[in-house]
Amino acid sequence: MVEEISFALSEEQQMMQDTVRQLVQANVIDAIHQWDENRLLDKQAVQKFWELGIIQSMIPEEYGGYGMGSSPVLHTLVLEELAFGDMAFAVYAMLPALFVLPVVNLGSTEQKEKYLPEFCKESFVPATLAVNELSVGFDVWNCETKAEKKGNTYVLNGKKCFVPLADEAKHMIVIAHYEGNPHLFIVDKDTKGLSVGEREKNCGWWALPTFEVTFENCTIPEINKLGDETAFNWLIQRTRTAMAAIGTGISRASYEYSKKYAKERQQFGEPIASRQSIAFMIAEMAYEVDAMRLLTWKAASAIELGMDANRESFLAKIYAGEMTMKLTDYGVQILGGHGYIRDHPVERYYRNGRSIAICEAMAII
Amino acid sequence: MIQLVTPDYIKTLQDNMHKLAEGVLRPISRKYDEAEHEYPKELDMFRGIKVMARPKKKKEGESSTSGEEKKPKRGANLGMVVTIEEMCWGDAALLLSFPNAGLGNAAILAVANDEQLERFGNKWAAMAITEPGAGSDSGAITTTATRDGDYWILNGEKIFVTCADRSEVVVVWATVDKKAGKAGIKSFVVEKGTPGFTLEHLEHKLGIRASDTGTFVLSDCRIPYNNILGDPEVKMSTEGFKGVMKTFDNTRPLVASMATGIARAAVEFTREQYEKKGYAFDYKKNLSNVSAVEREWYLMDANVEAMRLLTWRAAWMADNNQFNNLEASMAKAKAGRYATLITQRCSELLGPVGYSTQYLAEKWMRDSKIMDIFEGTGQIQHLIIARNVLEMSSKELK
Repeated sequence: MVEEISFALSEEQQMMQDTVRQLVQANVIDAIHQWDENRLLDKQAVQKFWELGIIQSMIPEEYGGYGMGSSPVLHTLVLEELAFGDMAFAVYAMLPALFVLPVVNLGSTEQKEKYLPEFCKESFVPATLAVNELSVGFDVWNCETKAEKKGNTYVLNGKKCFVPLADEAKHMIVIAHYEGNPHLFIVDKDTKGLSVGEREKNCGWWALPTFEVTFENCTIPEINKLGDETAFNWLIQRTRTAMAAIGTGISRASYEYSKKYAKERQQFGEPIASRQSIAFMIAEMAYEVDAMRLLTWKAASAIELGMDANRESFLAKIYAGEMTMKLTDYGVQILGGHGYIRDHPVERYYRNGRSIAICEAMAII
Repeated sequence: MIQLVTPDYIKTLQDNMHKLAEGVLRPISRKYDEAEHEYPKELDMFRGIKVMARPKKKKEGESSTSGEEKKPKRGANLGMVVTIEEMCWGDAALLLSFPNAGLGNAAILAVANDEQLERFGNKWAAMAITEPGAGSDSGAITTTATRDGDYWILNGEKIFVTCADRSEVVVVWATVDKKAGKAGIKSFVVEKGTPGFTLEHLEHKLGIRASDTGTFVLSDCRIPYNNILGDPEVKMSTEGFKGVMKTFDNTRPLVASMATGIARAAVEFTREQYEKKGYAFDYKKNLSNVSAVEREWYLMDANVEAMRLLTWRAAWMADNNQFNNLEASMAKAKAGRYATLITQRCSELLGPVGYSTQYLAEKWMRDSKIMDIFEGTGQIQHLIIARNVLEMSSKELK
């Protein structure tokens, strides 16, 4: 029974949005350019986000968490605000959720007891998810990493890319094909057959350390399989919606920055914003950011109500994927030559924004 | 609290309206496209149904709040955009032909006093704004209204009037004082049959052919003094004009929902046709793993959803007493443009099936084009949005 529709934030949602927005404003906006150039962000900023307790809230009290449950809609708000600052920061800060949420929702009691308590700590605990693969036309439903049952173990073989913090993550969830479906497997750090490669150099996310991870007859106990054959469907709806939320944040950043620039930049004796060719691009950016956000909220609302959100999450992601490219492109274009220089953030939005349509599961709601 | 899953009561409304559109409008869609201007007598069954209702008067002190404490309201605007989307999935031109549901009716319901409502409330009312020399620039109209004792005398020419033939009264925009500019523009109810009020001709159009669009000439047309809608006084501000323009904040989402309805019809038909060819649309694979046709179809489906959500938001805000000028234009800008692009693309993807008049796809392509033109062109919508978000005046951003 769905009673009402609402486009307004609740007090709690408003509060969370304000809190994260302020945190990003105070810790990320001025620093991100240097982080990006240095290929490393300031872990203190991540720690400040950790201290908001968003990850710990997802964990039930019996495992040491705050037991607040988790709200997919609230998480889209959080991700948009984080990504407004920077996508690398957003992925980094929310990364533990990619491990924790699946364990909380799909895990056996044994798995919960084993893994959840260690995330209820005062400082950031790295954990990650390995899903993408470095192949042309990568299909997440048909990945090349395979799992094979051998006795009371699973043996993983394959190669993953774009695995954030794989070097320090204590645990990772690996997506591998098994009996015709993608499945989730928990692999602990230092498991034999698991090797983390050199840090990757990608088009974007310069402040985020990502790695190629290889599984060579990597053998894990059978109790490390997380959930059943429906687990991946559970995961992909939440990660696609999360990618859409990140796309909304990047696009909004591109929109806000180029809007401000267009009013300040003088050519022919007046601000370039007073020309319709520029003004109309800004108008389009304004409603497309909103459209992206509404599609994201709709998918998150469906997930929050416990409904199947296969279509909604897919549409939210492909829409955000296409529009983020368009809007980050507009951002660079409005700044012209200046937009191409790394002193302005629009080129970073452009590089990071490209990944929304390409990658899966860099975050979760 | 944000909640965008379609509520059950809206689903019920959608289902009911969809049955009506499918059962009554679709079967006669082609017939009245070909029989241009002929009144669709099948629509008489809707005469008793109040498509437009007068919004309840606000209580003193009731103001808009965006807070969550107040429960979201179930208002007329959201119900209306939902209904219109379904009807236009059936046929947009027929929706525009619904008895007693003209734009003039919206204007009368919004601003008429009780006495006027008594006289005109049950009459089919068209709206006459556009003139040969005043399209988007509706502040530049030259039709005049001159006071003569207990009468107004109207002179001028009005074009592109929807329901020109079928309407019983027409709400005519005219200036009472050209020097006063926009402040001098008022609206007047002119009854059919008034001497000096002539329906000159009906237009032959690219699409929405079932809708009777026409030209009126007003030549010393004498109407009672109290046929003026709203305040007769010319104030030295444009508040009055802005008030009239505010009607558009409510009507633009309606046009956006019309656009959404047509685009959805085309997208659904394209899917059905491709499924017959063995395509499956399961919303799972990456766009880089599907055929070009599937990729395009998915993106069109996502765009229809975006059009709808922007429209629903604008309507929902109106229902919750929030100023929605920006959001109404966003819905109209997006939906008007994308309805055109989507129906064009569907027609192309369908090939000969998208061009033959044995099917409706070519008609949807013609019908949808008007959605980016009337109630403010796409360009005007972008201008409104840009001025709003850039916080620039009409002088700073022309």
